[in-house]
Amino acid sequence: MRLHLKVWRQHDADDRGAMRSYDVDDASPDMSFLELLDVLNEKLTTEGEEPVAFDHDCREGICGACSMVIDGQPHGPEKATTTCQLHLRHFRDGDTITVEPFRAGSFPVVKDLVVDRSAFDRIIAAGGYVSAPTGSAPDAHAVPVPKDQADRAFTAAACIGCGACVAACPNGSASLFLGAKITHLGELPQGQPERDSRVLAMVAEHDAAGFGGCTNTGECADACPKEIPLDVISQLNRDYLAARRSRRRSA
Amino acid sequence: MPSVVLKYVMAASGAAMLLYLVLHMLGNLKIFFGAGALDAYSAWLRTLLEPAVPYSGVLWVIRVVLTVALVAHVWSAIVLARRARAARPVRYTHRPPVQGSYAARTMRWGGVIIALFVVYHLLDLTTGTLNPIGVHGEVYDNVAADFAPSHWYATIFYVLAVVTVGIHVRHGLWSGLQTFGRSNARTQRALKTFALVFAALLVAGFLAVPFAVTFGLV
Repeated sequence: MRLHLKVWRQHDADDRGAMRSYDVDDASPDMSFLELLDVLNEKLTTEGEEPVAFDHDCREGICGACSMVIDGQPHGPEKATTTCQLHLRHFRDGDTITVEPFRAGSFPVVKDLVVDRSAFDRIIAAGGYVSAPTGSAPDAHAVPVPKDQADRAFTAAACIGCGACVAACPNGSASLFLGAKITHLGELPQGQPERDSRVLAMVAEHDAAGFGGCTNTGECADACPKEIPLDVISQLNRDYLAARRSRRRSA
Repeated sequence: MPSVVLKYVMAASGAAMLLYLVLHMLGNLKIFFGAGALDAYSAWLRTLLEPAVPYSGVLWVIRVVLTVALVAHVWSAIVLARRARAARPVRYTHRPPVQGSYAARTMRWGGVIIALFVVYHLLDLTTGTLNPIGVHGEVYDNVAADFAPSHWYATIFYVLAVVTVGIHVRHGLWSGLQTFGRSNARTQRALKTFALVFAALLVAGFLAVPFAVTFGLV
């Protein structure tokens, strides 16, 4: 199949960048979107042009590395699908497809479609962990977890930290990512000791990184390749309020 | 101040103003009990809790609370809108909205339109400056003159403003409940439906008055 691509090209962080048009004549409907970019890059390399830089790693939809906005939607138009798992059979022969990097001030463009998402790492470092004795790991069944809570923790833990929620949010907020981590750890007994300090520290780091506030439009949950539900943001808000209250009690 | 805290400020001030809107709407419906009932209700609002509080005391307390709520609401909206703008310095060349409702997308400009309407509304029916009659205490006559068929442009403006309020409340109420942590997977759909029904009833209650006047039902 023939596809027309409009791709964001930006040489480095300081370059202004612009959309460039490319044609790929020999794409197959069975290719993934990243394979389409591979084919384009082979063509560009043989023509002596700089290949399009893009992030990718596992190519099986679980690492969260592939980050691009395809036809205006993070990870493209298919629901619950990462870019690497998006296949060209969902497009029509002759389609024009726009490809842009995730747009957020906290995700600066490194080159072309590659953005720096270390702001997410800083949020995780601020509180997205549990304290556990290492070296003498407890028996896996030592701490029983109610089924409902285990299920909800698992749903939230499906977050791969790709940043699609930020890319989709009209306010550039990472609230869905935050909410997923707060819910994932907060639903489990192992997450209780740091429950209050976690939410306070992660929210503070989120704001310090320059992410915007949530307006509950739901664009994030729609764009999320792992279908993290919007109510994790409500959980985040509730935990934050409870943490502020308990901090006041103890002070 | 953390964005989450600003959201609480936004939700709490919005809740205060929404409570007022409900009471205001119910008070307006006195017009269906006759001109005397509406005027008497207006007078009662001023003598409420007398002599414990002075004449119009309760009304002034409400006005102060509403002003504080309005300032808090607008202030948090401005701070959050500026943060949102700063959070995406480079815009997408192509990004159609897919999920957010019309109500969610129009909260900011809708809020500005509502604020402008409130200014007009106060000059019209509180101070009487822009009212065709504008006699203090003659509430029924002022309302009747406002929504008379010959004064149709005011009616149209009023109807559009009330619908804007309804759209604002539809997203605002649901969003506020989500902000206060009242939403989970089981209640999310129910809360959205509740907000929609609430907004629809509010709009219907407010529009009943101008339509009744225009079509000569009261």
